[in-house]
Amino acid sequence: MSVAAATPAASAARPVSAGRWMTIAIVVVLCVWVLLPIYLIAVNALSAPAEVTGWPKRFYPSFDFGSIEFFIQFRGVARALMNSVIVAVLTMTLAIGLGAPAGYALARFRFRGKESFRLLVLMTRAFPLPLLALPLAVLFIRTGLDDSRIGLALVHTTLALPFAILITFSLFLSIPYELEEAAFTLGCTRLQAFRKVVLPLALPGIAASGVFAFVTSWNEVFAAAVLTIQNKTLTAFLLQSLDYSPLPLKFAGGAVLVIPALVFLFAVRKYLFSLWGIANR
Amino acid sequence: MESRRLPYLLLLPATLFLVVFFVYPFVQVAFQAFTKGGGFTLDNFHEMVSDWKFTTALRNTLLLAVVIVPLQLALALTMASIVTRLKAGRDVVLYIWTIPLGISDLAAGLVWLAIFERNGFFNSLLANLGLMSEPTIWLGYQNKITLFAVVVMAELWRSTAIVLVVLVAGMGLIPKEYYEAAEVFGAGPWKRFIKVTLPLLKPSIQTALILRTILAFEVFAVVAALAGTNMPILMGEVYEWQFALQDRKVAAAYALVILAISIGFTLFFLFTLRTRDEARA
Repeated sequence: MSVAAATPAASAARPVSAGRWMTIAIVVVLCVWVLLPIYLIAVNALSAPAEVTGWPKRFYPSFDFGSIEFFIQFRGVARALMNSVIVAVLTMTLAIGLGAPAGYALARFRFRGKESFRLLVLMTRAFPLPLLALPLAVLFIRTGLDDSRIGLALVHTTLALPFAILITFSLFLSIPYELEEAAFTLGCTRLQAFRKVVLPLALPGIAASGVFAFVTSWNEVFAAAVLTIQNKTLTAFLLQSLDYSPLPLKFAGGAVLVIPALVFLFAVRKYLFSLWGIANR
Repeated sequence: MESRRLPYLLLLPATLFLVVFFVYPFVQVAFQAFTKGGGFTLDNFHEMVSDWKFTTALRNTLLLAVVIVPLQLALALTMASIVTRLKAGRDVVLYIWTIPLGISDLAAGLVWLAIFERNGFFNSLLANLGLMSEPTIWLGYQNKITLFAVVVMAELWRSTAIVLVVLVAGMGLIPKEYYEAAEVFGAGPWKRFIKVTLPLLKPSIQTALILRTILAFEVFAVVAALAGTNMPILMGEVYEWQFALQDRKVAAAYALVILAISIGFTLFFLFTLRTRDEARA
């Protein structure tokens, strides 16, 4: 369509279409740039361990599940996988439970201190958050939370909470207040109006921010490695075994780490810009 | 009356959480770094600086950030200008290009390890093309330059998507009329990009640069997976002192260095990319 608009005269059609081919070529190259490495680690994960360490390598998988089996049966992996999932679910629950009410308050009320709260939330972005794990390690030992899943989930929640607040804030802002007012006139209390009118409309967005919190926790390496010993998550396990783990284990682990990323992006693609676009204001 | 107190009640849990798990730990980490045996001291910093790895780690971290962030900005600007102009397939292309958003730094490191390890895909490709008979070692301590280049590539691959999303969101805010006007006055695509897109995109570029630079100083697992101990970086040293050497005080001193650099660069970008009022759309 832009071609049609830009070329009222037929003579101009040729250079434009050359530019178009150029654009298409760049788009394809950049798609390959993103996808090819993911394909290659999948090839490794779906090949037998001997093929993974062999030379030279083939560029397509043999669909041998030896590497995956080796990975799953490796001492500590199954437990680490389970820990990763549990910590991520705890993080998701905490981030939504604490973040959604705050997002609602920011979107619906004018009150003193609103700007200071927003500043506090935005400030968390200017700090290297994984470093929080250092002082918290001391606090956790004192309170008996050291090496616990909930302790790690609390640290991961500081990473995910600012986003949960900002996403739900923009989400509630996009739902007209008039709908709630209509419910009030029909005799609903604020809580009823929220439950029956706002929540159904907000649910997909809240779910997306939950998925985001899950992946934030799932992917986090530094705090997990510092804070857990017995209850290692998958990232902590893989990081600490880098020195001695055989290649097939690393690559199967890497591939398993990547899978949620693909699911995650598919689930939140509609909300991608309210996830990060808010940073514009 | 109800709605007077309600917003504060809704904000209370999130605020308390951030005070306990964000504000308090940062005070605590400063406290840890500046004390020893109960009194104020700079000993921890002395110990940090006198370690031979400190200078190397600081240099490597800064060098990585200085190389990666500008490349990333250029790449993301290219991607964003292309994707905003796409008519067909925009959503698919954007989905593919933002996949790395959900990939952890550890997974990214393992993905690129699969490509550049001794028996990896890159060497295999060269062998298949007849360019190589014996595998070359790209990631060893003898090959500091290729090691650095691979880390840069992995970081470009993994973390350009954040910049892309922020820029695409920003470009969406630029009114189409500006481009039409520029076109009427005979500005070509390049000139439109320089004279319209870039100035109006400044707030987004600022946000993206701050976000990415802070994250660049936190680089950790990518380097750990690709280089092991062959390439000291600040975050790796924090981990080393905290976990392997069990010296929390020196780790805290390192943490403060990272914090100081992060805040310094944030202020630098806030100052140099100030938005004057007339530049706002």
